[in-house]
This record gives sequence, structure tokens and C-alpha cells, in this order.
Amino acid sequence: MLRRPGALVSPGPSVVVPVNHSPATTLFGKEVVTSRPSRGLEQFFTYVRGQVGLSILDLAGASQQNINYITNLGHRLYSEDFVRTLDDVFGEEDPNDQTHQSLIDQFLRQTLNFEQDKFDGVLVWDVLQYMTPALLTATLERLRTIVRPKSYLLAYFHSDEKAQQVPYYSFRIKDQQNLLLAQRGTRKPAQIFNNRSLEKLFQKFESVKFFLTREQLREVIVRR
Amino acid sequence: MSIFNKRSQEEVPPAPRPTAAPPSNPIEPKKEATPLSSMPFKTPEPDSTRGQASIGKAVKINGQIYSKEDLYVDGDVEGTIELQEHRLTIGPNGKVHSAVKAREVVVLGNIQGNVDASDKLEIRKDARLVGDIKTARIIIEDGAYFKGSIDIVKPEAAKSSAASAPPRPQTAPAAVANAQGAAVAAEVKR
Repeated sequence: MLRRPGALVSPGPSVVVPVNHSPATTLFGKEVVTSRPSRGLEQFFTYVRGQVGLSILDLAGASQQNINYITNLGHRLYSEDFVRTLDDVFGEEDPNDQTHQSLIDQFLRQTLNFEQDKFDGVLVWDVLQYMTPALLTATLERLRTIVRPKSYLLAYFHSDEKAQQVPYYSFRIKDQQNLLLAQRGTRKPAQIFNNRSLEKLFQKFESVKFFLTREQLREVIVRR
Repeated sequence: MSIFNKRSQEEVPPAPRPTAAPPSNPIEPKKEATPLSSMPFKTPEPDSTRGQASIGKAVKINGQIYSKEDLYVDGDVEGTIELQEHRLTIGPNGKVHSAVKAREVVVLGNIQGNVDASDKLEIRKDARLVGDIKTARIIIEDGAYFKGSIDIVKPEAAKSSAASAPPRPQTAPAAVANAQGAAVAAEVKR
């Protein structure tokens, strides 16, 4: 279904409605896809550009655009659908289950079972905000282990603190400065972060850099 | 009668009488010239199914499959599948727990294992692939599930590595599943 240019499907008043985007389009007759500039993406690929043979982990599931973009740069791509595995392991409805240690271990085994210092960059996208504190802490600790020192993570967080549901996306790389966002649905965030809480979240990493956008979406570049 | 009409009558040989399936209506002689329509195996097939062996959805194979023609797998396979210069299609009911090597691989079902497609790999909507991929080109549709790594290998690099690789050892006959035989088994089990 086509909406007015720049709008995403809005099932509720708390859903972020991006502005100043290119017109929304349908993909395979269903999905709404919008294009937006991304300073975080630009920074991330500035760091990995000029090198070849790097290992990049994409946590948003495989998409044709990301595969093409990253492999055309000469890198090896590892794909992992974090949100799908999150639902498989913990169920979609009750995020409180994310506190069970055995399920946390199972989730980490299924998603981040890699050797130490394997990756040169991780495209985390917006998946961290769907994790409760116990799972999030364990996940970040594992991520810190599997990425090499001085490498980067790119993450997104919704910043609307009143939001009950936020749209969650398949993030597709259009070019070094622009993303295509294909909405996969809406989800209840387990946590909403502000700048202070994000700094605290990534305190074990070397540096955190924020890019605030007009669409209540924080882009964060984290250096290991 | 003109001379032209006479010549054309002389040049036309007499039509042979059909030996089988005589026409039910002698007034329609054109039907005599189409006896092949009752022979389905001579009907032209689309390119996609020509020369293709198939493993039906009721078949389960444990072992190695080596094929010199295209293969369609809609059943369960545990072992390895190797089609050096041909296309492997995993149908929507196909479940493959093995390493796969072919020129072209199309996945509509489920593969759990590494895939080496020297030319192209297609992962269709609703397909599921868990394993590491090595290919020259990859097409992945929205809705497909993939977990693993992707290594894009340029065709030149693949050729040079293939040339330097040692020849493939012969597999034991008992361990090699004959794809055509498997297709027959599928018919029986259905």
C-alpha cells in the first residue's frame, strides 16, 4: 500500500514517522521502503573502506543490497537474523523470559558463536533495543569479545521515550551515505535509551559517537 | 484441366495408409498426420526440466550423490551432493544436511551445510540456508533465511584454484546414489 511521500505505515500514534525522505515505495507488493541519509553508515564505511578482506557481521538478516555492497568492497559478510532468533528462543510476547540464563546462553550460542577477534566491523542496526538488561549485557560482552580491537559497531536506537511500539526495519545499504529502510513490523522496545544511558551501556568500549537525526532515531558508532 | 494442375498432381506422392490408430472419421484426413500426439515422451520439454534427474519428496538418501546432469531434490539428503558442471535445485520440500557443490544452486527448501556454487546461488523466498557460502554470484529474495558467511569468488580465481586442485577421488559404488534410481524409488513410495 502506498502512503504519502516520506511516510511509513503508522499503526499507532507513538510510531516514528520519518520526514524529508524519498517517496515510499512498495517492494514485492507489500513492503514499504524508504530511503534516508545516514551519517553513522557513512562513518562506518569510511573506517572499513580502503581495506579488503575484512570480516563484517550483519545482524539484520541477509539482504541482497547489503550482500552486494559489502562483498563488492572485497569483504566477507557474515549474516545473522538477530530478531528472528530472539523470537525463536524467547518468544515474541514476553520479554521477561530474557532473564533466564539458560535461554541467554542458548541465544548467544545460536547467534554469536564465533572465535575471539573474528570481526572487523559489526552492523548491529536496531536490534539491541529489543533486549532486556540481562540479555543485552551478555550480548554486548560477547560482541566485545568477537570483534577486533579498534574495529567499529554501528547501532540504531529509537529515542522516543513514550513509544510503546516502534517500527523495526530491515536495514539495506543503498550507498555509503544512504540506507533503505524496509519496515518489517512494529515491536515493543525492551528499553529506551538516552545519550547518558548509551554511554553507560558501551562503557567498556573505547569510544561512542552519536548522530542525532530528526526521526527520533539515534545512530551510534562504537569503537572497540 | 490445365497443365499446371496436372503436374502438381503427378508430383504429390500417394499418402501412406496409417497402420495404427486409423482415423475415426475418414472425411478429416489431416488427423492421419498427427499420430505423435499420443506419445507423450516425445513432447518437447521446457529447458528447465530437460536432462534433469529428480529425488522425490518421499525419498531419504544417506550417502554421497555425484551427478553429471542437473538434479532436483525434493526429499531428504544427508551426505554430500556434487554436480560439477550442472544445476542443483532444492525443491520446497527438500531438506539437505550436507555440503553441496554445483555450478548453479537454487534453494527453495532447506539446506544445512556449506554451499559451493561456482557460478550462481539463488536463495528463494521462504528458503532456509544455514552454512557458509562460496560463489561467484548470489541472489537472495526477501523472506529467505540465511545464516552463515558469504565469500564471493571471482570466476577467474575459482578456475585457477580448480586447476591446481587434485583430481576428485572415485567414490565407492555402494555409496553413490543413482539419481535416476532415486526418482524411481520416489514413485514407489508415493
